[in-house]
Amino acid sequence: MIHNITYVDAIREAIDQEMDRDPSVILFGLDVDDPKAILGTTGGLAMKYGSERVFGTPLSEDAMTGAAIGMSLAGLRPIHVHIRMDFILLVMNQLFNMAAKSRYMSGGQVSVPIVVRSIIGKSWGQGAQHSQSLYSLLMHVPGLKVVVPSTPYDAKGCLSRAIRDDNPVMYVEHRLLYYQNGEVPTEPYMVNPGKARITVSGSDITLVGISYMQIECQRAQRYLEDVGVSAEVIDPIWLSPLDIDTIVASVRKTGRLCVVDNGWMTCGASAEIITQVMEKIQGTGDLRVRRMGFAPVTCPPSPTLETLFYPNGRTIASAAYEMVKGGTSDWLPQEREDLKEIEFKGPF
Amino acid sequence: MTSRKDKPIKERLYYSLYRIRRVEEEIARIYPTDKIKSPVHLSIGQEAISVGVCEALRADDIVFGTYRGHALYLAKGGDLKRMIAELYGKITGCAKGKGGSMHMVDITKGVMGTSAIVASTIPESVGYAYAMKYQKKDSIIASFFGDGAVEEGVFHESLNFAALKRLPVIFVCENNLYAIHTHQRKRQAVPDICKRVAPYGIPVERIEGNDVLRLYDRMSVIVESTRRGETGPYFLECMTYRLREHVGPNEDFHLGYRTREEAKPWVQTDQVKRIGEMLEASQKEKIEQKVETEIMEAFAFAEKSPFPDASELYTDVFKED
Repeated sequence: MIHNITYVDAIREAIDQEMDRDPSVILFGLDVDDPKAILGTTGGLAMKYGSERVFGTPLSEDAMTGAAIGMSLAGLRPIHVHIRMDFILLVMNQLFNMAAKSRYMSGGQVSVPIVVRSIIGKSWGQGAQHSQSLYSLLMHVPGLKVVVPSTPYDAKGCLSRAIRDDNPVMYVEHRLLYYQNGEVPTEPYMVNPGKARITVSGSDITLVGISYMQIECQRAQRYLEDVGVSAEVIDPIWLSPLDIDTIVASVRKTGRLCVVDNGWMTCGASAEIITQVMEKIQGTGDLRVRRMGFAPVTCPPSPTLETLFYPNGRTIASAAYEMVKGGTSDWLPQEREDLKEIEFKGPF
Repeated sequence: MTSRKDKPIKERLYYSLYRIRRVEEEIARIYPTDKIKSPVHLSIGQEAISVGVCEALRADDIVFGTYRGHALYLAKGGDLKRMIAELYGKITGCAKGKGGSMHMVDITKGVMGTSAIVASTIPESVGYAYAMKYQKKDSIIASFFGDGAVEEGVFHESLNFAALKRLPVIFVCENNLYAIHTHQRKRQAVPDICKRVAPYGIPVERIEGNDVLRLYDRMSVIVESTRRGETGPYFLECMTYRLREHVGPNEDFHLGYRTREEAKPWVQTDQVKRIGEMLEASQKEKIEQKVETEIMEAFAFAEKSPFPDASELYTDVFKED
């Protein structure tokens, strides 16, 4: 059966079904059991599974990450939740030095099946420390898997898969995606690591949109369609392992690649994707590449500045238009009201 | 203690103490040849703490430790041959040559891991203890760290959570007075570590003078109450002294940060010597011979083992489904 649910409910459903299936799955983090239940994503779970399996923690992110690793060494499958991704900076020692390396430095004796959920914030003046997308840091270190689902379908399928994975998985959500509705199977299913999805087919330019920027790329695609430019939009879904082959195949066809990241560009996911593509197909023709992402400053809360800080459907369309037409262009589409709601309808 | 029980435990303690001491002396002897491909942080002088604690543990109890982890690994029953092979960087090593001296691990013996980042295995110990409680298993966890670790934030976070959930973990602080070359009094406003731990709601106890018998006796009691789930976490501060340099095979009194005079009482009360003198000569000699044979075999095993194949570089990053 398929039901139409929000990204929030998709996350909640995945956790609920996995906890129901496997008593080794436990859930904790600051406020997971409070009345707001991490914006609803953990709602009702404390009641259903009890305080041993679902509990709010002391404000001790570092130790609780280490504790998650210790639990996983003993056979549990902990899910540790951070309501903003900025807080994972408190736990980088445990993630980088311990979670990512335990298997390798034990010569394969142990594995660390943990899931770390974190939510990127945006808008309403989230400002400097509630808006960061730090997944490119996580992509850097071998031993971590990184996933950035942008639809309710992927939110559920990737989370179920992350919980069943025998390795540390960094599961990165975006606050604005919480409003997305989408068709989701009621039964458990897996969205496996290392497989990207072509969300819109096209022929003139490849747009890769990461996390919330997937939505902005789909807006850009519609603006471009209005002026006769056919964009192919790809959602990488998993950043590590990254399905570079799907992106390469698209760029072979279009000859142009714009990677729109929900983060800064320097040493970022966009730099990594473009480099990998160029390493594979450089010299095969007139390839054009471009990165878009956060402005290279701290995120400002004031709305006029914040708008400029982020790429959006119109600025992405404008950049893509230039790449396709060559030269420079002043074209910037008028905002279309009907593109405010972008929902991915499948096929899956 | 009855004399019957007294004798075997002293033999056990001596076997473990003497074995660790001799293994590390042999590591120090071989080290200049560059056959050992890993920086070594020797436990010489501190063996009593690992031995006193681990002799009171069960085989299915779990330990986590630090980069100065040879003593803990051996005291908990870690395989000696595989340890030396690991130091040599050989494929037969306990971590296939991918861990090295600072990451000794033998999960079949409950040596769950050691880490080069100070204090980083303390929360792992606490999490493991949470899992034991949740799974209704009666294994307990001994978490080893030094006096430097108590200055790390994660130490305090871990104590709080362990106390909050009444977890079966025994914190073992090996206080050797120095973090590398810096004395505890230069680092801690209140040097009484127990005094700072107690307010978390954790029973605390200091074992003075590197005393392996006292430590073993106390651990035997604490382990049982912890296993029964009566006490929750427990904190032991074990006073001890490192006789070699922070890293490497030599002494370091010439550096001037500490004096030979300071070391003297620790040398005089050396626990290897002390326990050895409690045994009958023939018994002592038998143990020593057994250990010497084991050591010879372990180094020979490491010498003749092959280095890892090139393909090993890329394995063990992820566990495959």
